[in-house]
Amino acid sequence: MAASVETMPDAPKTMRDIHAPVHASVAGVTRIFPAVGEQPPVHALGPLDLDLVKGEFFAVVGPSGCGKSTLLEVLAGLSAPTEGSVTFEGQPVSGQVPDGVGVVFQEDASFPWLTVWDNVAFGLRRAGFDASEITRRVDYAVGFMGLADFAQAYPAQLSGGMRQRVCIARTLVLQPRLILLDEPFGALDQQTRLLMGDELLRLWRETGATVLLITHALDEAAMLSDRVGAMSARPGRFIELVETGWPRERDSRIVSEDSFGRLTGHLWSLLREESMKASGHQMGRQK
Amino acid sequence: MSAVALDKPANATLRRWTDFFLLIAGLVVVWYLLHLWAGEVALTSPYETVAKLIDLLGQAWFWPHVGETLLALFYSLLIASIGGLGLGTLLGIHRLSGQVAEPILVALYALPKITLYPLILLIFGLGLSAKVAFGAIHGIIPVTIFALNAVRNIKPVYLKTARVMRLTPLQAMRTVWVPAALPEIVSGQRIGFALTLLGVLLGEMFASQQGLGFLIINAIGLNDVPVIMALALLLALFAVAVSSALLALDRKLHQRS
Amino acid sequence: MSKVGWIRLAIVLGSVGLLEILCQSGVIRPLTMIPPSRMAVELWKLGASGKLAPPVTKTLGNVAAAFILSVVFGFIAGLLIHALPRFRRALDPLLASYYAVPFFVFYPVLIVIFGMSDLPIIIIGFLFGVVAMIINTLNGLDRVPTVLLKVGRMNRMSALQTAALIKLPSAAPYLFTGVKLAVAYSFIGVIASEFILSGSGIGYDIAYAYNNFDNRTMYALMLFILTTVTALNMALYIWEQRMLKRRQGGR
Repeated sequence: MAASVETMPDAPKTMRDIHAPVHASVAGVTRIFPAVGEQPPVHALGPLDLDLVKGEFFAVVGPSGCGKSTLLEVLAGLSAPTEGSVTFEGQPVSGQVPDGVGVVFQEDASFPWLTVWDNVAFGLRRAGFDASEITRRVDYAVGFMGLADFAQAYPAQLSGGMRQRVCIARTLVLQPRLILLDEPFGALDQQTRLLMGDELLRLWRETGATVLLITHALDEAAMLSDRVGAMSARPGRFIELVETGWPRERDSRIVSEDSFGRLTGHLWSLLREESMKASGHQMGRQK
Repeated sequence: MSAVALDKPANATLRRWTDFFLLIAGLVVVWYLLHLWAGEVALTSPYETVAKLIDLLGQAWFWPHVGETLLALFYSLLIASIGGLGLGTLLGIHRLSGQVAEPILVALYALPKITLYPLILLIFGLGLSAKVAFGAIHGIIPVTIFALNAVRNIKPVYLKTARVMRLTPLQAMRTVWVPAALPEIVSGQRIGFALTLLGVLLGEMFASQQGLGFLIINAIGLNDVPVIMALALLLALFAVAVSSALLALDRKLHQRS
Repeated sequence: MSKVGWIRLAIVLGSVGLLEILCQSGVIRPLTMIPPSRMAVELWKLGASGKLAPPVTKTLGNVAAAFILSVVFGFIAGLLIHALPRFRRALDPLLASYYAVPFFVFYPVLIVIFGMSDLPIIIIGFLFGVVAMIINTLNGLDRVPTVLLKVGRMNRMSALQTAALIKLPSAAPYLFTGVKLAVAYSFIGVIASEFILSGSGIGYDIAYAYNNFDNRTMYALMLFILTTVTALNMALYIWEQRMLKRRQGGR
């Protein structure tokens, strides 16, 4: 089941550097969760192949429960694939998160017992940076994410969107070369999501990092990424890899362009049937 | 693959019981090693303790003491569980009272109530009522605190749903309030049971001429280690049996919600 | 202070006042209870005579030792038990019924083993306190969000670092409950042991005063215990509320 790389009929030519080297790759990966109690084993993912090109912005969309988050965890080294191999910068990924990979989770992962500033400094302190370097990087990241006025506040005093910025800043200060985002804006309202999307694009351009974004929002995937991987219902595989063809300099205003509408429409036509399969599957599971 | 899935539940239950008995066996081994280390005078061996307990259970004079303790426990539990449930429910419904009362209850919970035993004796004199009072003051506070929180923490949306469906207060009570609060209430009753039993035994130790607690304090006075150990074993078996049943119920209710 | 706080204070003071009136008017006979104001005076006198310090030092010292042992061992044991889910499942019914077994019945056994020293009393206090700490540590660890542990793995932290820097602070509210209960149970264990058989300490002095119909000393000592424990608890409560307020945004 090879994924076909197809360009949108009327989309502009791709602006992504297709000759850039492969940065991270997943080959023949499957993930099967063993049986627990009365539950039979669950084949969550794959077999699946994916090459992430250095510096690209890749989004994964798919029906709920299709294994999107499992893919991210496997890629991050947070969980081991049942079969297949994962490599990052040419090194096999196994057992632990490689240096240079940062993850932002869907759930609020800010530490409620630390101030915003200390939250952002957490990873740097673990990595043993000296105090002046920590101060420099944290101050910059806190400013970059618009958190300067709240540096000494505790996460509980902030809104959900602000807390997610804290988590992004905490990942950012470690200067990851591969950033994995698992529905980071899932809990936010639509306007906040668009603005956070702009900031994510700005961050991606400034850092030059490779980004993999998991999302359930088709418009978010279409707006932010260079390529969108549309996944099937469980066990998740790529049905199609869609090139968006956006220029590197872009922001949320592209949602008003015609090609944006066609792109989301195309994604939905790919996923409609799969989503129906997934929700029917889930209803069948509930007794 | 389906055959494996079918086997699973039976295996899991079996394994849980095996684990439990392995743990008990481990505790018995530790007990035996302690016995070897401390010597016969200090700590009787598991075998001798069981033998002593069986011997006690065969004596006619022993059973009235058991009956006395169970009777005192019954009355105390009645006061602690029903009184605590009623008080906790009222405090949970009336928000301001609940806010006022909660820290006071928590402070009372933390008091070493054993300090009060002379006061209880001076009020009730020696006998059943003093024991019941002692058991009840130990048990009623945790039951009240849990019931208070159970009622107060019912999600407002459930109560709104009840109003949207225009349930009568009685219907709402039966179909929404009770099922929503039940898991926490059972947790409270579980902890209430353990502390009520402790309170009754303490009461018997200091304020009675009857009951298992009295037999224990008597044995302590005579330094009769086999009897102390046998009675402690009996009480532990009883406490674990009742608590496990309540814990199983507790788990089932919490799983559901 | 908030309205709720004022009402609470009024209720507490009202109860003490009522007790005072009932005692003063003779509704509660002086043989049963002396008025609270009298208790305070007697406690003051006892303190001034120098008779209070030795039993207080003894009892509080033993409670402190039992408490510290309970908290430290309880947390470590909680961490270990949490890491062994099968063991924990088997242990759960025992933990749940633990407090129904009056452990100070083993006091004489401990005296035979360790002799007539403070050690048996401290062990009883420890046996009472440690399980409250274990249970609440387990409760707290159960509620550490998995995503925070993933952050730990992302930063390639060792098991020890994760325990100290993520699990401990995340479970802190529950650990605090455990600490508060460990204080209460250490007091219960120590004082109960002193009541049963011991030659010193506040529990012993209360029992001694009771047996000699010395109500004034007895109530003065009871007042001392009750106010000390309550004051200690209030201090912990205020500290806890401040921590929770910070973490829950003043809700």
